[in-house]
Amino acid sequence: MAEPEQLVVEAQRQAEAATTLEELSAVRTAVSGKRSPLVAARKELGALDPEARREAGQALNAAKAAIDEILSSCEAELSAAARAEKLSAERLDLTEVTDRPSDGHLHVITQTWQELEDVFVGMGYRVAEGPEIESEWYNFGALNFPLGHPARDMYDTLYVDYGESGSTLLRTHTSPVQARVMENQEPPIYVVAPGRCFRQDTADATHMPVFHQIEGLVVDRDTTLGDLAGTIEAFTAAYFGPGFTSRLRPSYFPFTEPSAEFDIQRPDGTWLELGGCGMVHPNVFKACGIDPEQWQGFAFGFGIDRLALIRFGIDDLRELWTNDVRFLEQF
Amino acid sequence: MKVLLSWLQDFAPDIDGAPEDLSEILSNLGLAVEELSHIGQGLEGIVVAEVLATRPHPDADRIHLVDVDAGDGEALQVCCGAFNMAVGDRVPLAVVGTTMPNGMDIARRKMRGQWSNGMLCSGAEIGMGDDHEGILILEQSLSLGVPLAEALGIRPDVLFDLEVNPNRPDAMSVMGVARDLAACLGVPFSVPAPKIEETGQPAAERASVSIAAPDLCGRFGVRVLDNVPSGPSPRWMANRLLAVGQRPISAVVDLSNYVMFELGQPNHTYDLDLVPGGELGVRMARPGEQMTTLDGVERTLTEADGVIVNRDDVAIGLAGVMGGASTEISAETSSVLLEAAWWDPMTIARTARRLGLRSEASARFERGADPDIIPMALDRFAELAAALSSTTSPGMIDASGNRPEPVTVRVRPQRVNSILGTELSADEMTGLLEPIGFACDSGGDGQGFDVTIPTWRLDSATEIDVVEEVGRLHGFSQIARTVPVTEQAGTLTPRQQDRRRIQALLTGMGITEAMPLPFLAPGDLARAGLGDDGITVTNPLVAEESIMRTSLRPGLLKAVAYNAARRTTGVSLFEIGRVNPGGGGDLPDEHEHLAVILAGQEATAATTLWRRLARNLAVANPGVVNATVDGLHPGRSGQVLADGQPVGALGEIDPQVLDDNEIGERVSWLEVDLGALLDADRGLAPYRAPSRYPSSDVDLAFAVPDEVSADEVAATIAQSGGELLASVALFDVFRSDQLGEGRRSLAYTLRFEASDRTLNDAEVASARQSCIDAVTTTHNATLRG
Repeated sequence: MAEPEQLVVEAQRQAEAATTLEELSAVRTAVSGKRSPLVAARKELGALDPEARREAGQALNAAKAAIDEILSSCEAELSAAARAEKLSAERLDLTEVTDRPSDGHLHVITQTWQELEDVFVGMGYRVAEGPEIESEWYNFGALNFPLGHPARDMYDTLYVDYGESGSTLLRTHTSPVQARVMENQEPPIYVVAPGRCFRQDTADATHMPVFHQIEGLVVDRDTTLGDLAGTIEAFTAAYFGPGFTSRLRPSYFPFTEPSAEFDIQRPDGTWLELGGCGMVHPNVFKACGIDPEQWQGFAFGFGIDRLALIRFGIDDLRELWTNDVRFLEQF
Repeated sequence: MKVLLSWLQDFAPDIDGAPEDLSEILSNLGLAVEELSHIGQGLEGIVVAEVLATRPHPDADRIHLVDVDAGDGEALQVCCGAFNMAVGDRVPLAVVGTTMPNGMDIARRKMRGQWSNGMLCSGAEIGMGDDHEGILILEQSLSLGVPLAEALGIRPDVLFDLEVNPNRPDAMSVMGVARDLAACLGVPFSVPAPKIEETGQPAAERASVSIAAPDLCGRFGVRVLDNVPSGPSPRWMANRLLAVGQRPISAVVDLSNYVMFELGQPNHTYDLDLVPGGELGVRMARPGEQMTTLDGVERTLTEADGVIVNRDDVAIGLAGVMGGASTEISAETSSVLLEAAWWDPMTIARTARRLGLRSEASARFERGADPDIIPMALDRFAELAAALSSTTSPGMIDASGNRPEPVTVRVRPQRVNSILGTELSADEMTGLLEPIGFACDSGGDGQGFDVTIPTWRLDSATEIDVVEEVGRLHGFSQIARTVPVTEQAGTLTPRQQDRRRIQALLTGMGITEAMPLPFLAPGDLARAGLGDDGITVTNPLVAEESIMRTSLRPGLLKAVAYNAARRTTGVSLFEIGRVNPGGGGDLPDEHEHLAVILAGQEATAATTLWRRLARNLAVANPGVVNATVDGLHPGRSGQVLADGQPVGALGEIDPQVLDDNEIGERVSWLEVDLGALLDADRGLAPYRAPSRYPSSDVDLAFAVPDEVSADEVAATIAQSGGELLASVALFDVFRSDQLGEGRRSLAYTLRFEASDRTLNDAEVASARQSCIDAVTTTHNATLRG
C-alpha cells in the first residue's frame, strides 16, 4: 500500500505539470479517479484490523483532501490563464468602425418651433392649429380688415383658385387661428399657434414665399397691455436666456389696438426687432362672438424662421429649404 | 416720410436735443426712425466745378474721363461712373483730401491706369436727395470753386426717415410730426397763419366747382393765382425738398410739393387758360373712359375711379392720384387754378392700386387727409408764391360733398386703465390728449369725458382709438409689467404629442427631417406618377410655385435627386406636412401627411418602417396589402391599413418615375394620411402577466403560392393556433427549382404557452396540427418537411 504522503506528492507533481485544463482533467482521473492509487488504497483498508484501519483511513482522508485542494487550485490557475488568453485573442481596435453614424435630425425649423411651444406650454398655454389654405374671412375679415382696406396691401397675399375669386387664400399670418380659437372656445383662452404662412415674395437671403410664425392669444377678464408687456418679457427671458430684455413700441395692426412692435435687447445692448403685438381689437372680439365689455385680451406673433437662423448661425433663409443633407445633418 | 429737424422747429421752435434722443422719442411715439442722418456736414471739401470736356476711358466702359474747372481755370481730370453731365454743366466736386459724409477719403489715384483728381458727387453722396445714379447737376448761376454748402446755402440739419403706419395720416406732414413730438416733449406747438394779400377779380367770378360725386369728394377748395413764377424755386425751398428726397423741378411744382410735405395736403395746379371758364367738376369715371395723366400715360378708367372734369365733361384729372396732361402748367403759364381737395380714402386706394400709381398724394389720401386743412394749404401756397411775385385773387371757392365730420367719443377712464394696466386719473388722460388736438370735455356726469377727435386723425373714431393715444403718449415703457396667471395646465394635444413621438421614432431610426417647398411646378405631380390635379395658385410669382401639392412625394423625390446630384446617395428623409388631395367644402380639404423616403433601399424597408411606426403608435390591426399604387413599382407596392382601413401606401418608387426625376438608385417609399392613422383605433392590448411556465417553440415551413402574402399565412396561423399560440413570426423565405415556379417556402416560428401550466406534448401537437390544416387548406399550401 502506497504511503498517503507520497500520493499527495505525486498528485502535486502531476497537477503542476499540467499546462491545460484538459491535461489537468486527465491528472484528476489519474490521481483521484476510480483507478487511482488513492482509491486502490482505500479498497485495501478492509484487510486491516480496526485500529490500523482507523489510522490508515484518517491518513487517506487527509491525503484526499490535500489532493482535491491541489487540483482545484491548479484548475483555478489554468482557468484564469485560459480566460486571459481568450481575452487577449479577442482584442479589438475600437476605432475600426465601418458603419457610418445614421442618426436622423429634426429640421432646424421644427427644433425651434418645439422649443417655442415648450416655453409657452411651460407658461400654461395650449397649442392651437388652423388650416394653411384659409378663407378671406378668417385671414382678413374677422381680423378687422374691411374689404378693400389699404391695410390688406401690407400683406402680399397669394390666392388660390377655389370657390369664388378672392375668397380663398394661403394664409398670410397665423392670426386667423386667433379667430378660429375664439369662435370655438369660451374664454379664458391661453393659446399659442405656430404655423406655416405664405406671401407673394421672391426667394432671397431674407425672404421666402413660405415661412413660419407663432401666434399667441390670451383672453381673460382683465387682461391688460401691462400683461402683454410682462408676458413678452417673461418669454424673452425663458427663450433667449438671462440678460435679454424686451420693449414695446407703438405700431399699427388692424386686429389689435393699442398695437405695438416688440424688440429684444441682447446683453450687448443691440436690438432685434422680433414681432408685432397688441390688445385684441373690440371688432375682432365681436366678429368672433365674444363680448368686448366682458373680456379683454392680447395677441402677439413673430417669425420662427429668423429665430432659427439666429439660433443656428445660418445666414441665408433659402438654405432651410434646399434639403441638402450636408445642411440638415449639422443640427 | 422724411422730416428735417429745422422744418419741425418751424412749428415747435423748442424741439431740441441730441438727434439720437429725438430719434428714440419718435420711435416710442410709434414713428419708427428707419434712418437718422446729418445734413450739410462733411461738405467742407466739396466745391462747385464746371464740366469742360468728357471723353471715354481708354480701358474701361463703365467709367469715363471728365475734365472739370474747379475755379482756377485749370482742367482737372476726374474718372466718373455717371454719364449724365454735359459740357458746361456745374457739378459738385469732392477735391483730393476730402472726407465724404460716409467716411470715404478722396485721394488722387489711378483708375484703370488713368488719374482721377477727386470725385464728382451724386445727390445722395452729399445728403441732397436719394439719387445715387447720376451726378447732381447744379444751377448755372453758382460761382466756380465756391464751397458747395456756401453756394447752396445749406445749413447743418438732421434728417429723420420715419416709418409711418397706416393709422397715422397726421404724421404724413411735417406739421403733424411736430405736433406729436412737441406734445411728447411738452413744448409749445403752433401753426403760423399764412399772410396773404388779395387783389384783382374775385376767384368766384373766374372759376367754379361742381361736385357730382359727393361720397368721393368731401371738399374741393380752389384759389386763383396770377403771375405765377416760371423759374426755379428759392434755394432754401429746393434744399429742403432735396433733403426729403424730392427733386426740385420748377417753382410751381416745388411749391405744391412743399405745401404737401409741410401740411400733409396734396394739391394740384391747372393752367387756367386750359380750363374753359375755370369750371371744374367732380364725378365718377365712366367704364372705359380714357384720359392721359401727367406722366404721359393714357389711362383707361372704371366707374370706381373719380375724375375731375372741365366744362365739357372731359376728364382732366384722376382724383387724388394724378393730374391730367391736358391742363399741365408750362413755362408760359401765367394764371393757375390751385386745387386742394378731400377724397374718399377707399376710392383713392383702389384706383392707385389698380393703376399701379402710388404717388405722394395718393399715399396721403388713402390714409385720410384732413378736410379742415384745405383753406390753410391754399393760403400757404399763395403766401409762398407771393414771395415769388405771384398775386392772389380775392376769395376761395369752397365746395363741399359729404365731408367727414369730427367725431365725439365718450371715454371711460376706468376702461382706459383696464386696457392699459395703468392707474391714470381722468385729468392725466386729458393732459395727454389735449396737446395732440384731442379736445376733451368732462361731460359733467362724472362717468367719463367726451373726446372730440381732430379731423387730422380720421383713423380714430372709437373709445379704443383714444385708449391707444393715451397709451402711446403716456409711454408703453411706463406701464408696469405683469404676467397673467392661468389655472389651465399647459399641454400639447394628443395629436401634437403623437407628432413628436413620430419625429423621435424616425430620427431615432436614422431618418432626417426634410422641408421641401409646399409649392410645385406644373408637371411635378405627373413626374411623381400622380395625377395633375393640384389646386392652383391664382397669382404666383413664378410657375415653379404655382401648384399646391396633393402628396408629399414630388418634394421628397426632388430632395433625393438634389442630394444624389451632389454625390450623396442613400439618403433617408421624412416630412410631415399638409397636402390638398382634392375635394372640400368652404375650404379645400387639407390633410396632414407623413412620408418617408429611403433611397437605396428596397420596398420591404418601408414595410419594416411601417410596422415599427404602427407598433410605436399602438395602431390596432396594422396591415399591408399588396396592391398597385400610382407611381409605385407595380410589383412592389401596397396599401397600408390601420384597423382594416387604408391610410396610405408603401413600396418602391416606379423606375419610370425615378428616371423622370433623375434618380439612379432604388427608392423605398411610405406615405400615410397622418390624421386617418392617428384617428384609427389605437391603444395597447389589455395587460397580461408574463407566463411563469416554459413555452414551446414550433417551426413550420410551407410551400405557398406567390399570390398569397406572408402576412395572410401568418394571419391564418394566428387565427387557428388558439389561445395557446403566443406569437407567430416569419423567419425564412426561399425559392428553388424543387419548389417550382410560382411557389416559395415560408418558414414561421410559433410559440405556444399557457399562463397557468406547462403545456404537454399532446396539447402542442394538437395546436400545431390545427395551424397546419388551416394553412394548407386555406392557401393551397403544402407543409414542407
